[in-house]
Amino acid sequence: MSALPPYASTGQRIWHYTFRYGICGAIFFYLIMPILVIIPLSFNAQDFFTFTEKMLKLDPEGYSTKHYKDFFTNSDWQLALKNSFRIAPMATLLATAFGTLAAIGLSQPHVPFRRAIMAILISPMIVPLIISAAGMYFFYTRINLQGYWSIVLAHAVLGTPFVIITVTATLVGFDKSLTRAAASLGATPIRTFFKVQMPLIIPGVVSGALFAFITSFDEVVAVLFLGSAKTKTLPWQMFTGLREQISPTILAVATLMIAISIMLLTVLELLRRRSERLRGITPT
Amino acid sequence: MASDLTTHDGQPLHKSLAKALRREKLRALVLIAPLLLFVLITFVSPIADMLFRSVENSIVPKTLPGTTRTLQSWDALGEELPGEEVYASLADDMMLAQELKIHTRLGSRLNYDQPGIASVFRKSGRQVKKIDSSAHLDGFIQSNEIWTKPESWANLRKNGLWPGAFPASSTAWSNWVRFMKSDEGDDVDLSEKTPSGLAYSALYFDLQKLSDEQWRQLTDSDNETTRAMFNGLREASAQFPAANYKEQFLDMHDGWGKLDNWRTLHRLSPPIVDSYYWASVDRERTSDGVVHKPENERIYVKLFVRTILMSALITLMCILLGYPIAYLLATLPTRTSNLLMILVLLPFWTSLLVRTSAWKVLLQQQGVINNILVWLGVVGDDGRLALINNMTGTVITMTHILLPFMILPLFSVMKTISPSYVRAAKSMGASDWTSFRRVYFPNTIPGIGAGSILVFILSIGYYITPELVGGTKGVFISNRIAYHISSSLNWGLAAALGSILLVAVLILYWAYDRIVGIDNVKLG
Repeated sequence: MSALPPYASTGQRIWHYTFRYGICGAIFFYLIMPILVIIPLSFNAQDFFTFTEKMLKLDPEGYSTKHYKDFFTNSDWQLALKNSFRIAPMATLLATAFGTLAAIGLSQPHVPFRRAIMAILISPMIVPLIISAAGMYFFYTRINLQGYWSIVLAHAVLGTPFVIITVTATLVGFDKSLTRAAASLGATPIRTFFKVQMPLIIPGVVSGALFAFITSFDEVVAVLFLGSAKTKTLPWQMFTGLREQISPTILAVATLMIAISIMLLTVLELLRRRSERLRGITPT
Repeated sequence: MASDLTTHDGQPLHKSLAKALRREKLRALVLIAPLLLFVLITFVSPIADMLFRSVENSIVPKTLPGTTRTLQSWDALGEELPGEEVYASLADDMMLAQELKIHTRLGSRLNYDQPGIASVFRKSGRQVKKIDSSAHLDGFIQSNEIWTKPESWANLRKNGLWPGAFPASSTAWSNWVRFMKSDEGDDVDLSEKTPSGLAYSALYFDLQKLSDEQWRQLTDSDNETTRAMFNGLREASAQFPAANYKEQFLDMHDGWGKLDNWRTLHRLSPPIVDSYYWASVDRERTSDGVVHKPENERIYVKLFVRTILMSALITLMCILLGYPIAYLLATLPTRTSNLLMILVLLPFWTSLLVRTSAWKVLLQQQGVINNILVWLGVVGDDGRLALINNMTGTVITMTHILLPFMILPLFSVMKTISPSYVRAAKSMGASDWTSFRRVYFPNTIPGIGAGSILVFILSIGYYITPELVGGTKGVFISNRIAYHISSSLNWGLAAALGSILLVAVLILYWAYDRIVGIDNVKLG
């Protein structure tokens, strides 16, 4: 499929182009179109969720930034934004610290009950959010833990599997002879860790942290159950907005969040390349 | 021999090695321990708590301690209402419950299993204060004046037979103490008071059950007060005026004369019950055993089936749409495929709510898709398609959201398939279709399996997206769980439904671990 051979028959040619530009093109369109559509819609001068005639004629009057202004001046949205940035970094910190340590432990050659431990540690990613959130809601009410910290703990535990997976992935390619070399030159295990191992796994740790951050930043079910109007986050505000009175400000927020995703994606890609370069693999 | 080898400090080598291995294991565990503890406390124990809540029923025996005990000897399968003793303990329990204002909560709990019983409790709560409990009290006082004095009860409670031989009286006594503390404050002095008439009724019923031996112990007691209290009481109590608690309750509310209400109470007396699980599968326990609920109340089995079918449909859609894309990405030159990969990863990285709101905007009746269709003349302005708030909306949106989870594992499997396999097949005369069907496709099955399980697991537990685009017809079991947690407050049923869903997911998780291995999960 990679390239059409010169001897291809007409039928093969037709199929080749239909597949590549017809079928795959349509699926790519399906994947990306919803995300692209809301970007221009967020600049709609009207409070509609569809393109107005003026927008289609590219008339500047059809466009405005009023939904963005609303986002930056509305106290509800500002509170949500502030809460999101208060909760996510704390959850990321906890998840990354615990997760990195555990990943290093798990990649040792002899770990008793490795499979069972791994299954438990990854389970927050697998168990449906509604069940995790319900369980936490029941349990945290029982032990009287509410508000900010209950959400931080919930988000931290939901983010740890991502940290473990990414850090373990960088450790898999880790050359053990490097630590042995360091040891043979007289470095203590701690010095070896900070001078040799740490610089090599740092890209994995950072991408794990990014995953944990986005998990918390995007999470809504746990916030819905554990939080209140005081601890509402951006997804909380979007969710209630979508469920009750849908306002076009949501599209402005969505566009901003797409920008954040693109930024994160770029950082991750750069990290991946750096990590591969450090480990002596040519970037692909 | 190996065992003769020693290290430089004189230790046998095998011992030294074993020690090093042990130390290594310990170090690994020490590194893992913080996270393991963290996950156990913040994640596993909440889930264990939920499992426990799905069978927990302590509210009934705690709110009605006397009634649940006396009901044990009632024949729930018979056609007779419980006896006077049960109604007497009910009066006693209700007196305390309405004082603590917990009788309505109990009513709502019982209402899940017996619709209508909540109002019985609510209405009786107000009237139970007026209940006349003087019958037995008068009898005791007539038999001996000492029963009006506080020391009679103090003496009784010091007796060796208390509380074993006086189960009803001891419950009534502690109910009365709690009542007084709630009514008059925690520091109320009870040493100068005798309990209410309800406690005397409880005592009366306990006395009826004392054996000859126990009576002899009381009447021949070394304690003078005890002898005075009980001498002649046995004969006198036979002449006590009859209690009429039952009649009073029946006057209060005719619900107390309904056998079904009593059977429900009897069935829900134990602290651990399975009723929520039967409710989760549209069944209930009655006097005829476990039976189906009436046709119009059966919703959960249908909802479970719908969740599974729709998840299967979404998984199938993901295979159909994900396969060509993964194939294209795996066969294109790296530079181009990396570029196209962004189109897969961008939706993957975009907030779930952003994608859901995008679809909500696109699929609305006045939304972009319908507008384009009307403009193209495919549908008339009055024939706009209903694409949202139904199953269509859920399937379109969820397929979009879960598609990357199918493409990524498929892609990594297809990357490893050498192109020479297909070339070899073709060189031996296979057509394009045959070489795909017989050679390429079988090699991709592990990827399809991995992607399908992942998509299916994620799909059956989805809540946010069906809630926003599913309307009433396109929602999953998760939405029902959320409804019971936040709206109907039937937490037990929510926990039972959640536990069933959890078991399903864990089975799939186990299968995924066996087939793919959780170590091999990759993120982009």
